[in-house]
Amino acid sequence: MTALNPDYVFVFILAAFLGLQLIKKVSPLLHSPLMSLTNAIAAVVIVGAIHITGEEGATPLAKTLGTIAVFCATVNLVSGFMITDRMLKMFKRKEG
Amino acid sequence: MDMFVPFAAIAASALFILSLMWMSHPSTARRGVRAGEAGMAIAIIGALIHHDIVSYDLIVLAMVAGAAVGIPMALLMPMTAIPQRTAISHAFGALAVGLIGAAEYYKHAQPQFAGTFVMGALMFEMILGFLTCTASVVAFAKLQGLLPSKAVVFPGQRIVNGAVALTGIAIAVMLTMDPTQTWLFPIFVAIALLFGVLLVIPIGGADMPTVIALLNSYAGLAASAMGFALGNKLLIVAGALDGASGFILALIMCKAMNRSFANVMFGGFGAVAAG
Repeated sequence: MTALNPDYVFVFILAAFLGLQLIKKVSPLLHSPLMSLTNAIAAVVIVGAIHITGEEGATPLAKTLGTIAVFCATVNLVSGFMITDRMLKMFKRKEG
Repeated sequence: MDMFVPFAAIAASALFILSLMWMSHPSTARRGVRAGEAGMAIAIIGALIHHDIVSYDLIVLAMVAGAAVGIPMALLMPMTAIPQRTAISHAFGALAVGLIGAAEYYKHAQPQFAGTFVMGALMFEMILGFLTCTASVVAFAKLQGLLPSKAVVFPGQRIVNGAVALTGIAIAVMLTMDPTQTWLFPIFVAIALLFGVLLVIPIGGADMPTVIALLNSYAGLAASAMGFALGNKLLIVAGALDGASGFILALIMCKAMNRSFANVMFGGFGAVAAG
């Protein structure tokens, strides 16, 4: 992986257009939960953090940085999803 | 087990897409959250069973500790404090992005490094990650009333911000060309962190939710850049979805509040800072 792989650009462009299209029609009511949900999904970087922490031959520095990164990403993902859910629960009560 | 890994990434990507799709309508929104959670769980399992992973103790410890902090944060928060809570959760995620970039940088900081493309992607990822981290903390402090919520402007702001941004980019280019200059790296991180603060202080409290949506977009792009550097398609897809949706959401919110998008985005560069 020393140079740019065109496949990745392809994947990126498709996903970016999909993201634009999906959000265009969202009702203004859902702006806050949506923000919270995308925030939680951004925590997917935990995948990279796990790799750095657990891979064979990881230096102590990489392990330390990786462990803190796993911790931070977990905080983001747990609270992100839980907040989104709490917000939507509140919604339901108002409607019904 | 290993043959499951690429399929886990595909399943997780599909679930994230469904999650955003269902989230756009109130009647299916809860289902959207479930899909997102399932996608995340599959992504994590896929990462854990990868054959490269040889030790689990630290990972498990960090995940338990993260859940122990994240769950109370979500449960004990008053519902009126949602925007700032999203901001602080965001700061954690962005810090994770930055730290992963730093660990990758030190791995490649040797004469036979991975190539300028990987290094450039890492630098891009770290600038966005670190600046999003401090910018989110400032956004949180403004909404929480820890900092004055009105726009902070000072003479020469545009010049200062421009100089900081250019210095950061210059150092990033130098490190991309020659990663062995490790003494430059802490300076680079400090500048990225500082720039995050400078970017948000000239923006008033009323515009903060839009800024948070925009920071979401930055974090998504950072995750995508990490995907390019690590060769991970799941990170590219999730990051691109986040990047695009955060951006369009910020635009929609600006329009709804009758604000100029350029003002929010480039407040730090001397556009009229009102509010």
